[in-house]
Amino acid sequence: MSVLVYVEQVDGKFKKSVFEAVSYAKAIADTQNTSLTAISIGSVEDSEIQNLGTYGASKVLRVTNDQVKDFVNQAYASIIAEAAKSESATIVVLSNSFSGKGLAPRVAVKLQAGLVDGAVELPNFDGGKFIVKKTAFSGKAFAHTELTSDIKVIALNPNAFGTKENPAELAIETYSPTIKSTDFGAIVKEIVRATNKVSLPDAELVVSAGRGLKGPENWGMIEELANLLGAATACSKPVSDADWRPHAEHVGQTGIAISPNLYIAIGISGAIQHLAGVSSSKVIVVINKDPEAPFFKVADYGIVGDAFEVVPKLIEALKSHKG
Amino acid sequence: MKILVCISNVPDTTTKITFTSDNTQFNTAGVQFIVNPYDEIAPSKAIELCEGGKGTVTVINVGESQNDPTVRKALAIGADDAVRINAFPRDAYFVAYQIAEYAKTQEFDMILCGRESIDYNGSQVAAMVAEFLDIPSISIIKKLEFDGTTATIDREIEGGKEVISVTGKFVASCAEGTAEPKIPNMRGIMSARTKPLQVVEATPIAEVAKVQSYETPPPRGAVKLTPAEDAAKLIDVLHQEAKVI
Repeated sequence: MSVLVYVEQVDGKFKKSVFEAVSYAKAIADTQNTSLTAISIGSVEDSEIQNLGTYGASKVLRVTNDQVKDFVNQAYASIIAEAAKSESATIVVLSNSFSGKGLAPRVAVKLQAGLVDGAVELPNFDGGKFIVKKTAFSGKAFAHTELTSDIKVIALNPNAFGTKENPAELAIETYSPTIKSTDFGAIVKEIVRATNKVSLPDAELVVSAGRGLKGPENWGMIEELANLLGAATACSKPVSDADWRPHAEHVGQTGIAISPNLYIAIGISGAIQHLAGVSSSKVIVVINKDPEAPFFKVADYGIVGDAFEVVPKLIEALKSHKG
Repeated sequence: MKILVCISNVPDTTTKITFTSDNTQFNTAGVQFIVNPYDEIAPSKAIELCEGGKGTVTVINVGESQNDPTVRKALAIGADDAVRINAFPRDAYFVAYQIAEYAKTQEFDMILCGRESIDYNGSQVAAMVAEFLDIPSISIIKKLEFDGTTATIDREIEGGKEVISVTGKFVASCAEGTAEPKIPNMRGIMSARTKPLQVVEATPIAEVAKVQSYETPPPRGAVKLTPAEDAAKLIDVLHQEAKVI
């Protein structure tokens, strides 16, 4: 018996969410008195592989076959499930990233396992059960979901657990899984990624703006504020519906749900659907000229004022703060 | 061409979420149910692909008879017929298995779903259906073009997109941008009443997951306001007090 964690690589590196998944899986392995094995697919730098040991993995299975150099959902799921079986893993952990959302369900079916996606806490083993807290109703609630299958799969939400260093002696093994030609029905033709921007689901800090900005031409100050903070930019639904900003930036119940350490909402009134997608942010700051805006009811800090006056002041303050 | 579209019946987005029976049951009293907002995109896309007699769209829902109005809404926007698998949708694994079992009895080119449901926030069903059928799945798509044999799909990834090509049957889960959600017109609503809605019984499968209880997030304390003229002070507060920057 062991715990297996899938460590997703992007351009040969692991993101913070991967080290969070490793830290989380290590904490589970400790409660079960077992060890943690990681599985890495694709080409990853050796120094980066070593970092898995820092967060508690005692073994890593490296798959470097050329056929699976790029992400192929079906093939990766087969490899992870095969590794879980060969390692006799009873718990499999993945990040609830875009790729993880496509992989975890397939891995679960292959292992006839129950899956908790969007997990936010360690499993609770009370009474011999296996219960995991997850987000539900778009952040309006949490569900405590019991997995009753022999093998359990968990997809961990980014920014929910944090990273915990827990150095272990790391054994690196080359792993040669069965590669099935039937797993390559869908192939990646092209990857387009903006490398200079912080991606929204991973972001620890998010600056978001709404209709109060009056038009897409006014987003310069939002981007400047975000850049100074090292934050990702986001927007409300009316803004993406009006094509002022791309759909990928829309946070809320029907956009993406995020849980950054800091969410700054500028010119967003705080409709219930928007709040649902951001309410699990650790600190919420609201800037709105309407003191009655519902967003103030769920905010930690706020400024009642016009965005066009307040935001430039924040930018100046940040510049002098940094300088 | 034949497209299967999976839809889920969920509480309206403005619903205040509460629980009963010692926080073990979702309180459905007074709650209006709707087609899962993400699942409106999937039938809209399917109808668009089949326009001009190029194919037919079948809507599938796993649920009990109270879901029929939601299923009829999907018919009203233009799907040709519907199937309801008559069982309480107890978890994603169960739902996906039922859809896959039904799909095995059908000829189809693709299965479209929404990217996730807004109730249990699972994004499990689409990829699970594909795995049960052993066909490709593409999760969280933003664009889909189909030339009759090959589909070209944009999939969302952190900070960008992947362009994927797939030939043969597949399952895709649709996000915003894939299609403009269609709004039913009066003629659609009238004709939906008489479109076929077949009810089939579920296939038993062992339970792998169940919700034990729910909780609502703790309320936040009162907001601490900084006067607009002292906006700069907010940066100090976030740095020294909240310690987030």
